[in-house]
Amino acid sequence: MSPGSHRPTGLEARRARAGAGMVAPALLLVLVSAIVPLLRTVWLSFTDARLANPGAHSFIGFDNYRLLLSDPEFGSAVVTTLRFTGASVLLEILFGLGLALLLHQRYRGRGWMRAAALVPWAIPTVVSAQLWKFMLNDVYGVANDFLVRLHLIEEPLAWLATPGLALASVIVVDVWKTTPFIALLILGALQAIPEELYEAARIDGAGAVRRFRHVTLPHVAPILLVAVLFRTLDALRIFDTIYVLTLGAFGTESMATYNRRLLVDFMDLGYGAACSLLIFVIVGVVSAAYLLLFARREVVT
Amino acid sequence: MKGVRGLGRVIGLGLVAVLLLFPLYWMIAISLQSPDRVFETPGRVDYVPWPPDVHSYARVLGTTSFLLALRNSCIVAGGTLTLALALGSMAAYALARLGVRGRRVMLALLLAMSMFPQIAILGGLFAWLRTLGLFDTHAGLILSYQTVVLPFTVWVMHTFFKLLPPDLEDAAALDGAGPLRTFWSVVLPLAAPGLVSTGLLGFIAAWNEFLFALTFTTGETTRTVPVAIALFRGASPHEIPWTEILAASVVVSVPLLGLVLFFQRRLVEGLTAGAIKG
Repeated sequence: MSPGSHRPTGLEARRARAGAGMVAPALLLVLVSAIVPLLRTVWLSFTDARLANPGAHSFIGFDNYRLLLSDPEFGSAVVTTLRFTGASVLLEILFGLGLALLLHQRYRGRGWMRAAALVPWAIPTVVSAQLWKFMLNDVYGVANDFLVRLHLIEEPLAWLATPGLALASVIVVDVWKTTPFIALLILGALQAIPEELYEAARIDGAGAVRRFRHVTLPHVAPILLVAVLFRTLDALRIFDTIYVLTLGAFGTESMATYNRRLLVDFMDLGYGAACSLLIFVIVGVVSAAYLLLFARREVVT
Repeated sequence: MKGVRGLGRVIGLGLVAVLLLFPLYWMIAISLQSPDRVFETPGRVDYVPWPPDVHSYARVLGTTSFLLALRNSCIVAGGTLTLALALGSMAAYALARLGVRGRRVMLALLLAMSMFPQIAILGGLFAWLRTLGLFDTHAGLILSYQTVVLPFTVWVMHTFFKLLPPDLEDAAALDGAGPLRTFWSVVLPLAAPGLVSTGLLGFIAAWNEFLFALTFTTGETTRTVPVAIALFRGASPHEIPWTEILAASVVVSVPLLGLVLFFQRRLVEGLTAGAIKG
């Protein structure tokens, strides 16, 4: 099947031509839906375009970028996003691994547990954010009532209106929604481990901890890396949850919520476009770093 | 020893189940109460509210704005899916089987697309949709959603077609059927399971999308469900109509939960395939 290894026959050339025709519509759609807007964003980022009238603008070179790099609000949005990303991805991977191990064991009702794990993931993000916003309500929220009853806090807290707590709340909501998804990914890898490996380890006298380190972990490591990459990319663009919970107030402004504020609320299309591209670059650098790390690992193992 | 471990596990499992399911229970429980009861005494929370009251559902389903949002979401998610599945699976088949030149570059491009943040094209897309006259239309949203759903569809279906045994295609080719005919009448029916799981994931993505829907719609005639729920306003501007918001939330979540649980196995397979290959 490998083309190029021999001269293509007439039939193969015909098939390839037909294939090109079948790919073309999708490529055209990619061009129209993503590439043109991306190029347009690049162009706009060098202009002073306003949202109300995108056509009338003048070229201003790198001014937007220069301004952005010294914009303290953008700087703090980057820091907040990185803090959110670090905390949420770490917690999701740890809890995801734990939940996967729990779902993998044999017990009655395991099917029900797996179904339950799909629930947070299946609920739309905006809905889960609204629901948690009500649960975290300072006066009527069930979270305060529950924690006060358990004497974990002395009086009701304003979760979403206190700097620090607000970001922690955003993290909690994200972890609740995403951990089960990570767990299901890991569960797939766990199920692929042959039972004999555990038997052999047991015969060799390996305890539970050593079996986990030497049998389980190496088998789930590849999927863990993929999960970390995907979750990181997702976390860096967090928007929905923050928009609904706090609108970016109380130290929760992320790169994406700040960017949308620039574009839509301040109607600053040029500046907003520059911000979009900087975010693009940040996300690109992070993915490239991960991919390099993966490649390195594959060489080692 | 075994008994203690068994008990520990039951407690652990119970705790995890509560963590996973309590928010869903709470959404339903609050949605089934009258606002007066929920907000009767500040700081008093009723864990098992009884009797249920469907007043909030009646209000939500009686407002045209919410019904319009449901309609808009169906149109947009349906349109997005039809376009992405038709063009995406055709392209995926060609890339997997027909020796198209430059297919590695194309697959890499699609992978890069699925990784870049939506926000990166928000400004450009806004201007572009205005140029096309598609701002604040269903078609505009369907077009913008292709950036999310199409790359994913091509990748997952590409993997799927690679695993399909080629015997039937070869037979069709011997019968004189061209690649396009072979694809539509022989391959696509075989690929139905893959189409279902890909389609389901694409539908969920389109149904839940928020950033584009929030930015590219301005009124009730185009606004989708997530936007409607995020911007929900009650009759009084001062009070947030929580019971109605949560009733609306239940209405849009239950069909999704049903779908996800019904297609549980397929979905998990699709997710895993997407993650490993993607």
